[in-house]
Amino acid sequence: MNITVKLFASFRTGRFDIETGDYPAGTTVADVADSLNLPQSELGIMMINNRHVKLDRQIAEGDILALFPLLGGG
Amino acid sequence: MDKIARIDMGAAGGPKVTVAGLGDYAGLGGRAMTSLVVAAEVHPLAHPLGAENKLVISPGMLSGTVGSMTGRLSVGCKSPLTGTIKESNAGGQAAQVLARLGYAAVILEGKPAGDDLYKIVISKDGIKVIVDNSLKLMDNYPVVEKLRKEYGDKVAYMTIGSAGERKMLAASIACTDPELRPTRHCGRGGVGAVMGAKRVKAIIIDDAGVTMRPAKNPEAYRDANRKFVEGLRKHPVTGEGLPAYGTNVLTNVLNEAGGYPTNNFKTGQFEGGSKISGEAQAELEIKRGGSATHGCHRGCVIQCSGIYNDKDGKYLTKQPEYETVWSHGGHCGISNLDAIAQMDYMDDNFGVDTIEMGVTIGVAMDAGLAEFGDEAGAIRLLEEVGKGTPLGCVLGSGAGITGKVFGVERVPVVKNQALPAYDPRAVQGIGVTYATTTQGADHTAGYAIATNILKVGGDVDPLKTEGQIELSRNLQIATAAIDSTGMCLFIAFAILDQPETFQALLDMLGSFHGITMTGDDVVALGKKVLSAERDFNTRAGFTKHDDRLPRFFYTEPVAPHNVTFMMKDEELDEVFNW
Repeated sequence: MNITVKLFASFRTGRFDIETGDYPAGTTVADVADSLNLPQSELGIMMINNRHVKLDRQIAEGDILALFPLLGGG
Repeated sequence: MDKIARIDMGAAGGPKVTVAGLGDYAGLGGRAMTSLVVAAEVHPLAHPLGAENKLVISPGMLSGTVGSMTGRLSVGCKSPLTGTIKESNAGGQAAQVLARLGYAAVILEGKPAGDDLYKIVISKDGIKVIVDNSLKLMDNYPVVEKLRKEYGDKVAYMTIGSAGERKMLAASIACTDPELRPTRHCGRGGVGAVMGAKRVKAIIIDDAGVTMRPAKNPEAYRDANRKFVEGLRKHPVTGEGLPAYGTNVLTNVLNEAGGYPTNNFKTGQFEGGSKISGEAQAELEIKRGGSATHGCHRGCVIQCSGIYNDKDGKYLTKQPEYETVWSHGGHCGISNLDAIAQMDYMDDNFGVDTIEMGVTIGVAMDAGLAEFGDEAGAIRLLEEVGKGTPLGCVLGSGAGITGKVFGVERVPVVKNQALPAYDPRAVQGIGVTYATTTQGADHTAGYAIATNILKVGGDVDPLKTEGQIELSRNLQIATAAIDSTGMCLFIAFAILDQPETFQALLDMLGSFHGITMTGDDVVALGKKVLSAERDFNTRAGFTKHDDRLPRFFYTEPVAPHNVTFMMKDEELDEVFNW
């Protein structure tokens, strides 16, 4: 199934900004992070289709997954 | 900090300076000092631009020490924008310098009768108030340049631009950074107009010949400061994200979360968001020979600011903050960083709050004064503010007044102060803070974004009402206390997540004063400040009906989540019920 992954801030270094890839059914957020060598301890904000999700969330065909490190500002 | 200076600008025969001990205000600093003085001494029904109002300038409790992050300066008064009590704080050098000179507060009182313009020089030799009409209607960059020729580079400057002299309700007070740029502003609530009404153009603070404030227990203070700095350096937000990308790293986050107010709060996502994101901004700054990492005051270890050069590599402005990039960017449909940086410079130079000014331009666009996305139109409107034309005076009086003058229904203000860069429909928790804070709409007063969106210090669903009241209450209490210490609020990201870093902060406060500080003491301080502020507002005529968002947030759903603000009035009324 196709999933679009968006990366932000330091996660982009040596990776990409946005990429659509083919993933097996049942892929979770954690699986995608592992495949990109993103340590789970560094994951701050995870969203699918603009909503916050957890690591164990299964991703569906056509979903857009956004991954950010821990960030702050204001 | 063992004395308070009062400067009666309206005294017979010219301004009169009186310096006395701390009295009832012993031990206070920052917001605790400004709010308790204003609550006790300013008539709640006073006209904010009249002689009865006071402008209280106070360094934080730990400012002027070797402690890191202690450079916040609070300015308080009755706000001409909101009519409420106001505390507006800024970084820059002023707090450290004023604290080392021993002043827990400098209070401007009264109002001179004539048209003369004054500058105030504060040094170890005392305080002088000098007429200087050569500074009239100068803006912040040129006025600091002129003053530097006279007072040099080893001082801190606080100035108002033309907007403050014209008593515009969006007027700010600028504090210089370590390189003497007037870029750090007490922005919110029109504090610059109050300084202008008192005819004070500039305050020059010179700490030559004085030393750091000593702690009661110097070894314990140094040790606690070391642990505190370690904590800030190891937390990903204060140690990595903020130094590398600055506050504008939030553009992509809020846009992704559907909480990025676009085209005057019509939708929650901006197509041009990535072009003005912190990632794009940092890359451009570095490419042009500026910097994406810069501290607003000496002793800052987070270094969230930067230097923004123009396309020819020449300094244009400091790194525009997230709120500024949003208010002049997505809020106005503008996706050109150079145009936004140009407006950031203009705001700093004229001396206006970047949030209020950008939101006002978006409201003016809704009125048809320019099209959304029209960069040149936005800059043209801002130029009117600098010129002080009748249109400029309307715009310089903020979003609420501009909306009324031009008949706009969608005006994002609470207590007449413009909303910052988070849509309260997509982030319910920040809506609670906007509605209920004593200050008028203000994100920093109780930054629910941390837990709602960033997942720092806990996890509360931004699209649900559950947990938001308690969250906003606790954050408002903690913030009132932090704003009193002189600490930059960004330390909150680390102390919310790391108990040992919070303990280090308590130990800094305790060892400095030779006492033991606990979390309960911090909570008690925060409640004391908020209670004084609430009491002032009540006496000024504010009721629970003022603690609400504009109606359109309750009636117009915002995309992409298609939600309205769902918090019930009765719930909002519980925020201060502790």
